[in-house]
Amino acid sequence: MTAATFDLGAIARTRARGRVRRISVAGGLAIAVVVVFALSLVVGAAVISLPDVLSTLAGQGSRNTNYVILELRLPRALAGVLVGIAFGLSGAVFQNLLHNPLASPDVIGISTGASAAAVLGIVGLGLSGLAISGFALGGALLTALAMYAIAWRNGVSGYRLILVGIGLNALLLSVISYFMTSAQVTNAQDALLWISGSLSGRNWNQVVPLLVALVVLVPITMVLGRVLGMLGLGDDTARGLGVPVGRVRLGLIVAAVALAGVATAATGPIAFVALLAGPIGRGLAKDGSPALLPSALVGALIVLVADFAAQHAPFLPNLPVGVLTGAIGAPYLLWQLARTNSGGQGG
Amino acid sequence: MTAVSKAITALAATDSSDGHTSTRHTLAAEGLRLSYDKTEIVHGIDLELPPGKVTMIIGPNGCGKSTTLRGLARLLDPSGGRVLLDGKDITTISNREVAQVLGILPQHPVAPDGITVTDLVSRGRYPHQGWFRKWNAEDDEAVAQALTVTNTAELAQRPVGSLSGGQRQRVWIAMALAQRTDLLLLDEPTTFLDLANQVELLDLLTDLNRRSGTTIAIVLHDLNLACRYADHLVCMKAGDIVAEGTPKEIVTAEIISAVFGMRCDVLIDPVSDTPMIVPIGRHHTHPARESESTS
Repeated sequence: MTAATFDLGAIARTRARGRVRRISVAGGLAIAVVVVFALSLVVGAAVISLPDVLSTLAGQGSRNTNYVILELRLPRALAGVLVGIAFGLSGAVFQNLLHNPLASPDVIGISTGASAAAVLGIVGLGLSGLAISGFALGGALLTALAMYAIAWRNGVSGYRLILVGIGLNALLLSVISYFMTSAQVTNAQDALLWISGSLSGRNWNQVVPLLVALVVLVPITMVLGRVLGMLGLGDDTARGLGVPVGRVRLGLIVAAVALAGVATAATGPIAFVALLAGPIGRGLAKDGSPALLPSALVGALIVLVADFAAQHAPFLPNLPVGVLTGAIGAPYLLWQLARTNSGGQGG
Repeated sequence: MTAVSKAITALAATDSSDGHTSTRHTLAAEGLRLSYDKTEIVHGIDLELPPGKVTMIIGPNGCGKSTTLRGLARLLDPSGGRVLLDGKDITTISNREVAQVLGILPQHPVAPDGITVTDLVSRGRYPHQGWFRKWNAEDDEAVAQALTVTNTAELAQRPVGSLSGGQRQRVWIAMALAQRTDLLLLDEPTTFLDLANQVELLDLLTDLNRRSGTTIAIVLHDLNLACRYADHLVCMKAGDIVAEGTPKEIVTAEIISAVFGMRCDVLIDPVSDTPMIVPIGRHHTHPARESESTS
């Protein structure tokens, strides 16, 4: 039995090494998120020192710091963290589920569906505030439903879903253009800011519903995510190992659509965060797992850093954060498309 | 090799302590019809896997043998008839419960990028873990034994993507073994392996069958290896079972010619004393045979 005992040790060691790696990746990312989060509370038109920020958060700030921190910077930074987590998770779930790095909610039309519904609300019905958020969420869900219905043919294959999604995306973009061109100037400006994805002016009215939604959705996604790794072995293998493949997939799709929907509802579609976070998260984890936790944290980090840069970088005008993430994400998307094409790994 | 034999014996011991060997699980098909889209591939077959034996399913391309295996493993819902696990309709048993007694290695399993051998084999423990149950010593032991039995222990920390075809196939089998099921179905496990690796793999499965009494069903392309390693041979053609029995009973030149649409001779394999099929094509045939066949 010497061989077997030796192997028990080796297996325990391999598993322990994996665990250490997972914890250090997640820990490192979490620390980075906290640092940038703190920075975005400290830095602004006036710098407020960290001790002052902390005492303000503890409820002992002056009237001035109370306003700047609690009403301006904190909701903005929180919105950034929360939408980052939501987009990151949503993208990672879709990419793993469909076995394709292109399958993120902003490429396959989910975010665009949310935007189109929101623009309809702003421009067509003159709505604002929470009503817009509700419209956006509804738009995301409807788009997903339409996509599923069109792509369905005795089950849904990943590639067909993506192609249908890209088609829907184009359709919805033209719907948005139509509303924009037919809108009054002031409404159109509101809508334009919203479409480009912005954290500016985010207040507790957006943050609280978002927080509530994530408190429900994130745990569900993480629990289902434990099984997501099994789906990576192929449907037959996963089902053979006792995974209820159909139900798990449906649950994950609903959770991921809802995550993208509530995030888009809160801040507009911050471009390509969902597309970028997954591959970076998986690249850091490097263990063949879906890497949901790292992807969520990477998403938060991207949004926070991009928003910080958009606000404070010299020589840059004060940009909506979505413009900056778009500038980074679009080349990546092109590269990914070129690679997918030449490698023939489309399916 | 002694370490391997010991591990296999240990595997058998574990199984019997679970009571598995005494009450063997059974798998059978009853008027089973299977279809893709609306096209029926398998036309109502009756099949019983003999418990504790190795069954091989053979037949020409597209005869429905892989489909049959998928049906038996409830990967494909029947369009008619039933699959019975221990006499109960398999669709009425929860997926996880089925996976605790029935393992399936599909034809094209996918290894996620970057996954290590240990991680992959560990996934075989999934049906034994609840949504929240933690990994425990029994899981460690099952994985260790699976790695030892398949001779992949020294690969434990390597990424699956860096392995050769033969190594990779043994790792997949290790995953199926870590599942510790009494019934094991394999869909063409020797595809893409060289001859030496094919024989080694079939030896390994035979070891498993003999020492722990695992009921095994394999879809195999190589007729001679199937004849050599099968206790029970199932021969399929166009969605029906044409012949069934021990290789010696059923393999005749007439049956093989009819099923595969190819003339052949059946000799006795001098190594294993089992039927050996020698195909007869249009070329490279001894002149004496040529005249015999034309006459």
